Amino acid sequence: MPAAIRAEKLNKVFGDTRAVIDVSFEVQTGEVFVVMGLSGSGKSTLLRMLNGLLTPTSGTVYVDGVQLTGLKPRQLREIRKQKISMVFQHFALLPHRTVLENAAYGLEIRQVPKAERRARAYEALEMVGLSGWEDHLPTQLSGGMRQRVGLARALATGTNILLMDEAFSALDPLIRREMQDQLLELQARLAKTIVFITHDLNEAMRLGDRIAMMRDGRIVQIGTAEEILRNPANEYVAQFVQDVDRSRVLTAAAVMEEPVAVLDANAGVQQALRVMRERQVASAFVVSGDRRLVGVVRDEAVAEAVRNGADSLHRLMNPRDVVTVRPDTLVTNLLTPSAQSPVPLAVVTDDGRLRGVIPRVSLLAALGNGYHIEEVDAEEVTAEEVPS
Amino acid sequence: MSLVAAAQTPRLHLGALFEAIVDWMTANLGFFLDAIGLVVDQAVSYLAAFFAAPVIVVLAVIFGGFALAWRGWKVGLAAFVGSLALGYAAAAAHVAPQHVLALTFGIIGLALRGWAFGSFAFLAFLLIDAMGLWDPAMQTLALVLVASACAVALAVPLGIAAARYDVVSRVLRPVMDFMQTMPAFVYLIPAIFLWGVGTAPGAVATLIFAMAPGVRLTELGIRQVDPEVVEAGEAFGASPAKVLFRIQLPLALPTLMAGINQVIMLALSMVVIAGLVGAGGLGDSVYSAISRVQIGPGFEAGLAVVILAIYLDRLTAALTSRSAVVRAQAAAAR
Repeated sequence: MPAAIRAEKLNKVFGDTRAVIDVSFEVQTGEVFVVMGLSGSGKSTLLRMLNGLLTPTSGTVYVDGVQLTGLKPRQLREIRKQKISMVFQHFALLPHRTVLENAAYGLEIRQVPKAERRARAYEALEMVGLSGWEDHLPTQLSGGMRQRVGLARALATGTNILLMDEAFSALDPLIRREMQDQLLELQARLAKTIVFITHDLNEAMRLGDRIAMMRDGRIVQIGTAEEILRNPANEYVAQFVQDVDRSRVLTAAAVMEEPVAVLDANAGVQQALRVMRERQVASAFVVSGDRRLVGVVRDEAVAEAVRNGADSLHRLMNPRDVVTVRPDTLVTNLLTPSAQSPVPLAVVTDDGRLRGVIPRVSLLAALGNGYHIEEVDAEEVTAEEVPS
Repeated sequence: MSLVAAAQTPRLHLGALFEAIVDWMTANLGFFLDAIGLVVDQAVSYLAAFFAAPVIVVLAVIFGGFALAWRGWKVGLAAFVGSLALGYAAAAAHVAPQHVLALTFGIIGLALRGWAFGSFAFLAFLLIDAMGLWDPAMQTLALVLVASACAVALAVPLGIAAARYDVVSRVLRPVMDFMQTMPAFVYLIPAIFLWGVGTAPGAVATLIFAMAPGVRLTELGIRQVDPEVVEAGEAFGASPAKVLFRIQLPLALPTLMAGINQVIMLALSMVVIAGLVGAGGLGDSVYSAISRVQIGPGFEAGLAVVILAIYLDRLTAALTSRSAVVRAQAAAAR
């Protein structure tokens, strides 16, 4: 299956300015691809080349394997009708038409019969939560609701590709979050191919399966939110991601460490004490033969057991000590468990296997700017932690 | 040889050039010009004749048609049958056609603006009749409507072209400036050459003089349409024609109607001047009042022009406020 959208060495020149320079990327079917850049970075120009509203100065665009460049206007319009819808920053609704008529606009252009048009527009409006508003005029709606009409208009056409041009940028922050949630919800159900343009990095990281960072007409990095956060391609991206709320992007899997002290469930207390001393840790996770997490033991308990001559680890494990999280849990949701747990958090897969551990210190380091824990000078950390 | 004489600017005979152009047009475009003159002449005289003695069936068709467009076929049919019956009843009762028409104008005013304007229109048109100016007033109305219709028919496409192509806009702008600011009387001179004395030169001079605001405001209206909305149409695959007729023109309509209003007002001011070349109507009345220095008839004819102007102005304004875009704006304000 070809990529839903493929851009090859796209260039766009307006007069003396090169708006887009040598941009190539692929968007897979069902993917949310976010193009992120500040104003003037060429992202809107790029988007308009994907549906042929602008013709590239050089380079080619393929939609579902069909080459857009060189198509006649009529063929291009046919592609737009059948394959691509668009959502606009300022909604771009027709003010003199009702919400229903606006939602049906794309179908009207396609000359879908009126009854079917209405039915599909109703359905799309219901999807975005605007049932009951069909006969209102756009001017009677709030900004968020208007953009829902814009979204419904795009969804009603049933095209697989959605181009969203700063779709939520004109909305106030609370509504914007709401719209993002709704888009993610819809996307989980509909699995459209979405190219989303934004200048808001937090938005990009929330929505994008992959993000293309644009600067001065060039794409400087393409990757998942985590990849960009962890390995910024250059100083520009690094500075850019500096202010991102990492806790909402990074997941447990990204900040967890290899568990250094893991004990087999059949190990004795002597062995447990030795391992913990060697690794200089205060607790150790206990796993069964297939790495399923059984529990955790703490050094005081183990030391006391050795003194008392006990042998089995099982009695030493306090079930309340173990706090487990899933690998895809966002860091923001790890903070409270981590604060409450006396031992590092255990990252456990759905089938109960221990994938890693998250000590409090790595959580804090992940939230700071220098994510790379291994680069943090150990002495410095100690110096700061020990009260003088 | 004195210095003063040497410094004199050579006399350029631009006027002679213009004369030559008009002569050439008379000589070579005779058939075409005659055809235009004939059509305009016929249109004005038919319309004027209709206003002087309306044909009942035509009135009924007009009313029926408007009601049909406005409220659907049931109301349309009722309006058609009703006005047909009323018309024949009036004819049987020997009601003067002026009174029927005054009532018609009143009803149109009532339908578009309400009671106050409807009664004003009815009384004002009765007043025209009472001043003995019905026939010239109707002839003027006919001339204004024909000239305005031609002007709009030319201006709107030109305005659309100017909005779409910057080159057209750049070329048209000075031409429009020229057409609008050239003293209106000047148009009459070549017009007489081309069509002789009568309605046609008056109508053509009127339409040239009145056209400019139609072009300008059409262009402005279309250029003012939110580019994002136009882009939305294109992004969903609308053809340029669909974008024009379904998006640009409807959204430009309030501005475009303001242009049409201006066209009609300019045409009205011009038809009085056109009376000089025998276009007839109220212009004739004013002109003869001037030449005989009669204050009374001059005032009466002027008053009739004012009534026509107010009526046409308020009517186009009412049409504008009924457009979907304006109603949407009003809904937002509520």
